Amino acid sequence: MTESIFDISIISLVTAYIFVLILIFIVKKENIGHEKQILLASFRMTIQLVLVGYVLTYVFENPNPFITVLILLVMEAFAIFNIYSRVEKKLSKKLKIAIGLSMFSGTLVSILFFLFIVINIKPWFMPQYFIPISGMLIGNSMTGISLGAQGLINGINDNKAVIENALMLGATPEKATKNIQNRSFYNAVLPTINSMIGMGIVFLPGMMTGQILAGAAPLTAIKYQIAIMMGILGSVTLTVYLMVKWGMKTFFNERAQINIEL
Amino acid sequence: MFELNNLKYKDILEIDHLEINKGEITCIVGRSGGGKSTFLKLLNNMISSDQGNIKFKGKNLEEYNPIKLRREILMLPQNPVIFSGTIRDNFSITLQYNDLDIENDKKYNELLNKVGLSNQKLDSFAEKLSGGEKQRLALARILLLEPDILLLDEPSSALDDETEELIIEMVVGFINDKNGTLVMVTHSKEIAQRYADRIITINEGSLDKVN
Repeated sequence: MTESIFDISIISLVTAYIFVLILIFIVKKENIGHEKQILLASFRMTIQLVLVGYVLTYVFENPNPFITVLILLVMEAFAIFNIYSRVEKKLSKKLKIAIGLSMFSGTLVSILFFLFIVINIKPWFMPQYFIPISGMLIGNSMTGISLGAQGLINGINDNKAVIENALMLGATPEKATKNIQNRSFYNAVLPTINSMIGMGIVFLPGMMTGQILAGAAPLTAIKYQIAIMMGILGSVTLTVYLMVKWGMKTFFNERAQINIEL
Repeated sequence: MFELNNLKYKDILEIDHLEINKGEITCIVGRSGGGKSTFLKLLNNMISSDQGNIKFKGKNLEEYNPIKLRREILMLPQNPVIFSGTIRDNFSITLQYNDLDIENDKKYNELLNKVGLSNQKLDSFAEKLSGGEKQRLALARILLLEPDILLLDEPSSALDDETEELIIEMVVGFINDKNGTLVMVTHSKEIAQRYADRIITINEGSLDKVN
């Protein structure tokens, strides 16, 4: 830290809501609608962040391994249920299990690797590192798995005849769905790859901006950002890969018959 | 070769007892929607019956590894799907599905010749073929695997009379040369009468007649 951050007074913070008022004014004037939704979103964001602020203050001041693990589990559970609601098609029970397992195991491996090998935090449960980094990895993996699951479901539903033909020609379910798996995987990791391309030029990523605002040297902030991007890429890749592999199997029964009613 | 007992699949098909013999050509005829395609799919385990059982070479079909079984009992569906890419890709994908090594162009051209597609180049895009040509390519793909047991679902539905005769003649010759077994669903009673050792009529989900 080179200097302390400028604190924002409550009154100054309130003035920032002028931006919301401008938006409300525009949508009202132009009859675009959704004023309630905008107000609700601003209200939710405020309440959620204030609560998180208090919770994190408590957690950071009282570091405890059980609380850190509990928060990690809550984040995982929230992310998994968020995926279930984000995917537009109805998910089978087996696919839900595959999604949950791949999300949990993939992010856990990535988080542990990142915290203990790349950054090497001590003590291992240090909440200032554990919680925000887990949050970033889980959040990005959640988006990746949502895209991957949607791609897999659509791919299999739209190509039922192709898959059946492949099975009749002696293919295993794995081979019969290879193209669909590859496409789903690629489309799910593509946003992460694209975000790396624009990083630093088109936009400064949130974490780096936060660190710079908090007084960290830009070069330190950049090192963290590079590391976290690698962590995100690793976590998204691993979770999506597991989901595609395990998820694909849920569309077939033990007799290698395609198991969907269309 | 196949022995079906007390077989029931949803409300689509019900068969008390039926045997299909090795080395015979069996034709399945009957009105559309009567369960003929379902019958073929039961034989290669693309679907499983709700009741009863099918014995294949004396052993319950469900006890076989389904992938190995389908590599032994090959089926050409009524509307076969052509894989995207070239004609050559369609052959090589078929071999990859079966964990077999890629063959040379000579072998592929021979097969195209057999199904009357000798005017087609291996580099041509398969999706550009007409409906009948696609059906013949799908048949060539199956013949590449040299099956001893072949299930054909209306293999000539998209063909004109002349090509139909040519193709059926070729497939029957191919199976006879190998002393193989052919089960063929056909809309043509004439084809059934000319080539079949046995004709099975399936109507409204049950066996009508076995000749």
